[in-house]
Amino acid sequence: MSILINNETLAICQGFTGSQATLHCSQAIEYGTNIVGGVTPGKAGQVHLDRPVFDKVSQAVEETGADTSLIFVPAPFCKNSINDALDSGIKLIIVITEGIPTLDMLYLKAKADEMEVRIIGPNCPGLITPGEAKLGIMPAEIHSKGKIGIVSRSGTLTYEAVDQTTQTGLGQSSCVGIGGDPIPGSSFIDILEMFEKDTETEGIVMVGEIGGTAEEEAAEFIQEKISKPVVSYIAGVSAPPGKRMGHAGAIISGGKGTAEDKFKALEKAGVRIVKSPAEIGKAILEEIS
Amino acid sequence: MNLHEYQAKSLFRDYGLPVSKSEIIFSESDIDGAVSNLNVNKFVVKAQVHAGGRGKAGGVILTESIKEVREFCQKWLGKNMVTYQTDSKGQPVSCILLEECTDIERELYLGLVIDRSSKSIAVIASPDGGVDIESVAENNPEKIFKVFLNSSNEIQEEEIKKISDGLELNQSQYIEFSELIKNLVKLFTEKDFALIEINPLVVNTEGKLNCLDGKINVDGNALYRQEALSKMRDISQEDKLELEASKWGLNYVTLDGSVGCMVNGAGLAMGTMDIIKLYGGFPANFLDVGGAVNRESVTEAFKIIVSDSKVKSILINIFGGIVRCDVVAEGIVSAIQDVGIEIPVVVRLKGNNAEVAKDILEESRLNIFSELDLSLAAKKVVELSK
Repeated sequence: MSILINNETLAICQGFTGSQATLHCSQAIEYGTNIVGGVTPGKAGQVHLDRPVFDKVSQAVEETGADTSLIFVPAPFCKNSINDALDSGIKLIIVITEGIPTLDMLYLKAKADEMEVRIIGPNCPGLITPGEAKLGIMPAEIHSKGKIGIVSRSGTLTYEAVDQTTQTGLGQSSCVGIGGDPIPGSSFIDILEMFEKDTETEGIVMVGEIGGTAEEEAAEFIQEKISKPVVSYIAGVSAPPGKRMGHAGAIISGGKGTAEDKFKALEKAGVRIVKSPAEIGKAILEEIS
Repeated sequence: MNLHEYQAKSLFRDYGLPVSKSEIIFSESDIDGAVSNLNVNKFVVKAQVHAGGRGKAGGVILTESIKEVREFCQKWLGKNMVTYQTDSKGQPVSCILLEECTDIERELYLGLVIDRSSKSIAVIASPDGGVDIESVAENNPEKIFKVFLNSSNEIQEEEIKKISDGLELNQSQYIEFSELIKNLVKLFTEKDFALIEINPLVVNTEGKLNCLDGKINVDGNALYRQEALSKMRDISQEDKLELEASKWGLNYVTLDGSVGCMVNGAGLAMGTMDIIKLYGGFPANFLDVGGAVNRESVTEAFKIIVSDSKVKSILINIFGGIVRCDVVAEGIVSAIQDVGIEIPVVVRLKGNNAEVAKDILEESRLNIFSELDLSLAAKKVVELSK
């Protein structure tokens, strides 16, 4: 098992013919992911990466049976694209795009919840289940099939955790980037719950960062509902208040959302915390042996 | 993106919210016209900067004297104001808002913000508004209440009732408030705000509501569709280096330390700062070079880092996923030569082709220390910063 995606996932890509989508879809196909087609309005009937191109998600779903969509569409058009996917029977929407207005996500998140559709992202590296499927922009070669579930708000910091769990020989069951925006489609809690149920996952790495209270909420959930060992690193101990650190969601405002508060909440919940991003692999190895 | 109070109030006016009569003074030559246009007996004079705490810093006065208005303008125009919310240099005063003075009966607090936990717009309000709202939050948190809006674009009657009751408004004020909050929500959603704060919202001696201050933060991601708001951006209020960096697609934040950082990815950039601190050093900046790490972006990043004279050593931490490390290494070597970097640079390249990259860096004979292990790289750069 694994979470969210596996070798049976049938995915399409929205914004399929763009340069980023082309690069990452070629790599995904090479990895063995079932990318069965794509959507670029106005390019229906073309063939791209040996796959059919459609104008609308509904046509792509009808022709290919896709249940998942990977979105690379530029931010100003993303609300329409996500809406199109929601209205067409897609069950899992992965949004790589950065820079979507927060009010758009507020609307889309409420709609997705009502329809019971899962959104991952936006502003995220995507998802990978090593050895089975890759839907995102992460470098495939650092992953190895294994037993650690990884969930993170950051991209390259996720790769750091992945690389370290590969080096220690543990490998990963699935890795999920939930993204660095204030209103993400999925929270830590959503993903932690899936890892808890997944028989292949034996330990969990959670990488958080300053801003908001998602880590504090996750800490409470872990204490009550998670039986597997969890290791957590929070980025931004040295970040100044009131400054946005790259990600739209990474800001300490009104004294809230500091790394110290998050570490404290997680420690209280029995999570093994690490203060150095270089010690994630070592810590999870110790926790599960 | 933050707006000035006078800009917030012009938006309030556009959306039918109650504000005082006012005039803007950009230079001394505007003073006479502003005073005569306003034609009132008592003025409130407020310096415009992107920071709170203006009142306590002497940036707001009440006066009946035109002479004092003139002296205030002469004192602040073209100067920097230091408040408890700014750094030691302060923020430049952009202009001065001259308003009709309001006789205050009661000060309230009203704010709207996107609440991450509930994934909704939250109205935050208090019957005890004013300059001491922060101590109210600290000592009497029960005096501040939140109402989470059910819909993402309008407010419902029962929600209005709840807020109005919490603010202890009477029946006629409730009718006024109902109109005000509906318009405020409309303004918030139509203009893609991330935060709006009216502190104080006052009940004047005639029992009427008035927005005496306005603080607005606009969602930066939405500026592409908010042309009018984009034009309100005041770059004089922003950090010069951060502004320069953003022109090159670099995310840069100035800090106080001596170790310059150049990293790809926001999370890893914060992680790199943290590990420098963990080993006893102090990061000089946050810098995310983004996904496309190439010779041009690395060159610009170097220029920005070394323009800070406190920087004694630099740590480059790149996780080469899509970009190959050897290509990044070549970019770093040429950039160091182009910019003429003399302080030591520690480079940690991880991922795709990292070994080849290490050879390129070592063969360059420049002041570069190549290190594959993040902890060792951090220790090295801290040692070199002392």
